[in-house]
Amino acid sequence: MRTGDMVSRILFLCASLSAVIVFLITAFLLQEGIKVLTPGFLFGMTWSPHRELFGIFPTIVGTLGVVVGAVVIATVIGIPSSIFLSEFSPFWVRNIIKSSVEVIVGIPSVVIGFFGLTVLVPFIRDHVGGRGESILAGWIVLAFMILPNLITIAEDSLRAVPRSYREASLALGATKWQTVRNVVLPSASSGIRAALVLGVGRAMGETMAVLMVVGNPETPWIPTGILDRVRMLTSTIAIEFSYAEWGSTHQHALFAIGVVLFFMVAALNFIATFVIRRRNIQ
Amino acid sequence: MNEVQKEKLVRALLYAAVALSIVMLPIIVVWVTANGVGAISLEFLTGRPYRFEYGGIYPQIVGSLYLVSLCTLLGGPLGIASAIYLAEYAPDNVVTRTVRFFTETLAGMPSIVIGLFGLQFLVYYLKLKTSLLAGAVSLSFLMLPWTIRASEEAIKVVPREYREASLAMGATKWQTILRVVLPAAVPGIVTGVLLGMGKAIGETAVVWLTAGSGLEAFVPRTLRSPTGSLPMYIYLLATQGHTAEGLQNAFGASLVLLVMFMAMSVSALLIRNHYLRKLGP
Amino acid sequence: MSKTYMINGDAAAFSPRRANDKVVFKGFNLWYGDNHVLKDVNAAIKSNIVTAFMGPSGCGKSTLLRSIDRMNDIIPSCRTTGDVYIDRRNIYDTDEDVYTLRKTVGMVFQKPNPFPMSIYDNIAYGPRLHKTASGDELDKIVEESLRGAALWDEVKDRLRMNAFGLSGGQQQRLCIARALSINPEIILMDEPCSALDPIATMKIEALMRELKERYTVVLVTHNLQQAARVSEMTAFMYLGEIIEFGATRDVFENPRNGLTENYITGRFG
Repeated sequence: MRTGDMVSRILFLCASLSAVIVFLITAFLLQEGIKVLTPGFLFGMTWSPHRELFGIFPTIVGTLGVVVGAVVIATVIGIPSSIFLSEFSPFWVRNIIKSSVEVIVGIPSVVIGFFGLTVLVPFIRDHVGGRGESILAGWIVLAFMILPNLITIAEDSLRAVPRSYREASLALGATKWQTVRNVVLPSASSGIRAALVLGVGRAMGETMAVLMVVGNPETPWIPTGILDRVRMLTSTIAIEFSYAEWGSTHQHALFAIGVVLFFMVAALNFIATFVIRRRNIQ
Repeated sequence: MNEVQKEKLVRALLYAAVALSIVMLPIIVVWVTANGVGAISLEFLTGRPYRFEYGGIYPQIVGSLYLVSLCTLLGGPLGIASAIYLAEYAPDNVVTRTVRFFTETLAGMPSIVIGLFGLQFLVYYLKLKTSLLAGAVSLSFLMLPWTIRASEEAIKVVPREYREASLAMGATKWQTILRVVLPAAVPGIVTGVLLGMGKAIGETAVVWLTAGSGLEAFVPRTLRSPTGSLPMYIYLLATQGHTAEGLQNAFGASLVLLVMFMAMSVSALLIRNHYLRKLGP
Repeated sequence: MSKTYMINGDAAAFSPRRANDKVVFKGFNLWYGDNHVLKDVNAAIKSNIVTAFMGPSGCGKSTLLRSIDRMNDIIPSCRTTGDVYIDRRNIYDTDEDVYTLRKTVGMVFQKPNPFPMSIYDNIAYGPRLHKTASGDELDKIVEESLRGAALWDEVKDRLRMNAFGLSGGQQQRLCIARALSINPEIILMDEPCSALDPIATMKIEALMRELKERYTVVLVTHNLQQAARVSEMTAFMYLGEIIEFGATRDVFENPRNGLTENYITGRFG
């Protein structure tokens, strides 16, 4: 029927819009930032716009420092949580917690950052040391933010393991935990790995909450301890764009940071997709 | 320690982990409410900000509502249409896989990058200026992949039997989708859109770069006017305020924002739970 | 140790030669990919009777049924050669419109599949879709269809209720009513009772005997007793071919083919 053809064509155009947007993002960002993307930029040690020095290495290190630590914390709390949800919880508990998790995912990050700034930072300053604004604060805040995504994806992978595997193990006399550790977890391992990689991607892209708690020194340095203040790639853009002159090298440098972020996150997503796909082929 | 004891220990540890995972939600809700309630008053909700830290948040509330509504109007139908295509019409070929890949990539994009793109493309290139329009369109870029994912899920869950029954009566594919599949998928789609709206209303990075300074003392008059928003207001007062009243106002705004967010998210979940029972025997 | 089957009264008096052809298969073959599912099918289904297709699992009877309203077309790997005529029109002709065809042929599936809507909306779906009626006329059609499916008295006071509130047997009769709402000439039934309890089955078998007055009913069943009870003509299929096709009393009391006899006496199934 002709209407059917037309409908399918219109719908296809809508669906390809996402592709168009991503394409445009890549094109525009690259166009603005490419001139600045040099090894000197990526490995330069000093970021000082008024001296026209744009080296983002300390920022990269700072970002990785916060992200990796946060992912470790989120993993330690999140994977056991997902195991609990998938294997040990009654139906109604699972429903409530999954719904809560869905809500947590959306909590405005600025509110979380506000909490971090007014509660967490003073706490660290008074009881641990340093200025309060620190990598440590970033860890805690960021871990909380990526937990829900991590738990959701990991839990899905665990539930995807066929029930017959569990039944076979239990029929041989294994306890539930033994079954989980020896049968279910290994089966779900690629999905869980994908969840971790996606968690890293998500953490790298978080802007507001970390911005409010990690300190953002004017001229970032390579951190030596968890109480150091750092800068993140995301927050650099947010803070400085408003006073970067239109068309200046400073602005191009900010776009270049955007490019770096874009490709790092895209690469992580790509890896996660292929890590998962390897499981399907097996 | 034998296996049975080990099992009990493990269970205890798992309970602890779960508790930790969700404990921050009530903590934040209680904290914001306790601190913010004091700021809430009619003047606060209907007044305008002045001298940075004083006054009310009416333009911010309205600005946020405008931004989210407009962004949903733009991104919602587009996302649903894309989901219909992907779920019902897309053949399993390279083109489809590419489209899906890009949708997934867009879903993972850091919001600051989207904001940067919005700045570059909408504000400067298309000369939309820092405005309600630029902010809403940028937010819709962010919302699009969420809507697509949720809608596609909702459509896929509709049982095959309904489609067969409809086709057997002489309906075309599109008639079947319009009259049977979509109506059955509506609860799931609405849930997805509402959840997306909840996320959008709290989104700061994007509006920071595209919508306005945040402390506007006026409600946006046209689509091209800059607009304030609650998240920007909260950020600015939280990080740069120095008076007690400023801090109090930040709490108040946080409470308002949280209430709006919870309203959207919770109603989304209630809708889904209610209709989950209705779909099928 | 042979089984005896209760042949129904109409079937005992039925003579194929005096009845009109409604659906005719001529040299019809069907493949799903490389799988040759229907092999050179030649059969004439007569109008205003119940024709039953029986045979072991995988013999192709459901596929044959679905070839009559071209529901197999939905499967991409489906390929056919040969012709199927309804009232002497070849429905596999290239310029035949499959949507008009499906309006002439109603289908009832193995598992009842009402739409997630009210009873009224379920029945009204077809007429609304094809814009054949609205308002009061629609109410009339809904009532007639429900009466035709022997369901009206049970649901007339709760037409706005969700269809899933009905029992399995009622839901299946609802699906029959829904099929009737588009005023078809042929009704296809694919093992309609296999998901139902014996009492519901009895009601639907009684319904089939009523329906044949106005429609041509084609039934697929794995239940031999049912085939003997309700049909005037029976076809036995095996591995994609029609082994025997004739008046029910002849097929059950005097099967001509050894395979048929083995199937009827329960030597395989």
